[in-house]
Amino acid sequence: MSENKTDYILRVEDIHKTYGDAEVLKGVSFNVRKGDTIVFIGPSGTGKSTLLRCINQLTVPDSGRVWLHDEEVTNSGKKINRFRQKIGMVFQNFYLFDHLTAIKNVEIALIKVKGMSPEAAREKALYELRQVGMEDFADHYPAELSGGQAQRVSIARALAMEPDVILFDEPTSALDPELTREVLEVMRKLALEGMTMLVVTHEMGFARSVATEIVFMESGVIQEIGTPAEVFGDGGGFERIRSFMGKIGDLSGD
Amino acid sequence: MDETAQFIDFCINILFPALADGLMITVLLVLITAPFGIAFGVLLAVGRVYGKSYGNWICRLFVGFVKGCPLMLLLFILYFGLPTVPYVGVTFDAFTASIIGFICCNSAYNSEYVRGAIISVKEGQLIAASALGMTKRQAIMYIVLPQALRRAIPGLSNEFIYLIKYSSLAYMITLVELTGAGKIVFTKYFEPGVFFVVGIVYLALVTVTTVGANALEKKYAVPGTQKR
Repeated sequence: MSENKTDYILRVEDIHKTYGDAEVLKGVSFNVRKGDTIVFIGPSGTGKSTLLRCINQLTVPDSGRVWLHDEEVTNSGKKINRFRQKIGMVFQNFYLFDHLTAIKNVEIALIKVKGMSPEAAREKALYELRQVGMEDFADHYPAELSGGQAQRVSIARALAMEPDVILFDEPTSALDPELTREVLEVMRKLALEGMTMLVVTHEMGFARSVATEIVFMESGVIQEIGTPAEVFGDGGGFERIRSFMGKIGDLSGD
Repeated sequence: MDETAQFIDFCINILFPALADGLMITVLLVLITAPFGIAFGVLLAVGRVYGKSYGNWICRLFVGFVKGCPLMLLLFILYFGLPTVPYVGVTFDAFTASIIGFICCNSAYNSEYVRGAIISVKEGQLIAASALGMTKRQAIMYIVLPQALRRAIPGLSNEFIYLIKYSSLAYMITLVELTGAGKIVFTKYFEPGVFFVVGIVYLALVTVTTVGANALEKKYAVPGTQKR
């Protein structure tokens, strides 16, 4: 890694996090370039989701640092809310605001956090809903949407803030295969359009076709990193990723 | 039949005019107390759920004190007790003392309903708000409270109904509200029917409240979430 550090949009350095007796993250470091799609895979409970939450400080790491461009996100005090506008997040369970329609879900942070006028926010929200194919459901409440629709709205909500990077925390794990496909389609489109994305997922097809890098995590550390060509190709190494994918394949009957 | 006619005559000429004045006081007590009771109740609830150190501590202490004190005693303290306190002694008229006492009581109990409703809002709502860059205050104002208040409507309306009825305690500190007005007429004419009529008036007030609260609940129900 000899590149200038300013090549990186996001830098994560030696993150440690312990819950009680369990050391979930034992020193995780990696760098992200603009337009990268980094896919995190690995067994459950190995700290992938915790790692994402440490990036936008929803979980405060015990030690380690995160930089967005050249500004430190960790230890930023009240400024953290400015960083969070620049670091979007999409959750496994969508977390749409239950009392607001789809379009209001997208609008609210534009108005309250970014200070946009209601008219401008509405226009922006409609645009983003169109991007994820949800403009026809603008006036539906979350409880009236399918899981896939809800997740697409939550992606629109993150996009509307015009973030530098979006964190996807198992975005399809709560969805059945059909709905998973519609969400992955949207994510694939985003990646192609150059959005910088960090994605925790078990969707190997997505990792293979979209990832610029695949990061395999186990026991709180990064075990292996490789491009899809390296990981899925004939070359040596990557035994751990391959054995993990073998297990997933076995379970899903591939 | 003659007795009935007599009673109706008594009602129209004596009882109703007397009760009308009392009813006016009761309605004023309730309508002035309720908005403050709800506003302070929400503040107390937010203080207890999200407040740190002092704020949290003060809210707990206040609610604990009010819940631990019979309302009648609180009214006695406000009306008879406070003027006798050296240096800081303040004198309230009966109406003001009643309003203060009722707001204390109403807000303390309201805060319990709102607190329960706040706690019932899923954690993810606050997490998602934070992830969008909202401050804690914004997240509470725009995301948590709008959801919590909807859920608190049944509890708050219940407390409103209590308020209508315990407002009769104001009579204990000389304020002639609805119950007091009835009592005065009874004492003068020894007509027990007075109390039935007073009871019907309270029932009407409570019924109107219940209907209003149900309408409110329906109006603010979030589509797809509440089964009716």
